[in-house]
Amino acid sequence: MPANLRELRDRKASVSTIKKLTRAMELIAASRIVKAQQRAQAAGPYARELTRAVSAVATFSNVDHPLTTEKENPRRAAVLLITSDRGQAGAYSANVIREGERLNQLLREDEKQIVPFISGRKGIAYYTFRQREVAQSWSGDSDNPSFARAREIADALIEAFLTPTEEGGVDEIHIVFTRFVSMLTQRADVIRLLPLEVVEGEEAPAADDVLPLYEFEPSAEEVLDGLLPKYVASRIHFCMLQAAASELANRQRAMKSATDNAQDLIEKLTRDLNQARQAQITQEISEIVGGASALADANAGSE
Amino acid sequence: MADDSAKHLEVALVAAERTVWQGQARIVIARTTDGDVGILPGHAPLLGLLQGGTVQVRTVDDEYFVAAAPDGFISVANDRVSILAENAEMGHDIDLEEARRELDQAMAAGLDDADADEVRLAEARVRAAEQTS
Repeated sequence: MPANLRELRDRKASVSTIKKLTRAMELIAASRIVKAQQRAQAAGPYARELTRAVSAVATFSNVDHPLTTEKENPRRAAVLLITSDRGQAGAYSANVIREGERLNQLLREDEKQIVPFISGRKGIAYYTFRQREVAQSWSGDSDNPSFARAREIADALIEAFLTPTEEGGVDEIHIVFTRFVSMLTQRADVIRLLPLEVVEGEEAPAADDVLPLYEFEPSAEEVLDGLLPKYVASRIHFCMLQAAASELANRQRAMKSATDNAQDLIEKLTRDLNQARQAQITQEISEIVGGASALADANAGSE
Repeated sequence: MADDSAKHLEVALVAAERTVWQGQARIVIARTTDGDVGILPGHAPLLGLLQGGTVQVRTVDDEYFVAAAPDGFISVANDRVSILAENAEMGHDIDLEEARRELDQAMAAGLDDADADEVRLAEARVRAAEQTS
């Protein structure tokens, strides 16, 4: 069966190409994770200092800021969904989108209207396919988010938050993103961004760590006014960096299993190929032998 | 050494995506919205918004440098000075000619106030580069 043989050979060749491809993607993802983690680490000091400063202002002044004030009877909630731009990352985008849907469901049960903001092409495609309205979306750098992009998103969200509800503003803002717990675990997660809960549980000041009495220049209100938008941008940047690292880790894992599967397939095809070739040879031999004995019989009959 | 440590400031100049400079300094001069403040060791805790976009630092080795820190803020506590600005940059890393060109572009583009941020950023970079050279 020469046709079958050629078919098998072609399939094996194409699976080998796929394997090379997925293997390359796996390696690329692996090397980028390291970079993504370094970036997350490099952004750490800024976020830390900012958090410290914001909690200092919040602790030492009785300033009420629009960004920290809970609105009575919230009716419209913005949800920022952070997904990836590209596929080939296993269930990464599907997981975070599902988490987003769960949150939407929860908000709807509270009779809140949802205003979606989306980062990443996958999320945008999910929403446009279902013909849902999206307030604003960003895409293009999901695996390498810059601070400028985080700032852009923060500006848009803060503007929506400060607009009165009647004029299309929102009362609260949630972020759905994937937290990078470790190389093996990434978890879709939801945090509420605004109104801000300034006192973070992560870095409670120790009892003997007496917080200093700050002077403010020009005034506590204005300092808070300047700081809070930066703080929001820094939080968003943090989420985006986590999401980027998670995306890469997912991609690496997905590509690793794709490579393994391709290897299995290649082995199976090789065995099929050998079997088919052997069958063909056996058949040819038996044909020759059959032919020869028929000839011998014919010769014996004529003598 | 214990005495010594009381006489310098631990300074960190931090941008959004990296730490630009970290080290010990004798004095930090920054311009806040209320005017210039010089910060010496033992300064009272302070939180201020920067204006003008440059910070001058004299290190313990008597080196002097200027950094661009547009739209940043400064926080001082227990002889630790943190200068935070999204786009902080060292003055000697900035190409003056290029910075000037960018400023011109930003001015030309930013006649309406929407681009005022970019103008301020470019101005700060030019100023920092000028003061360095």
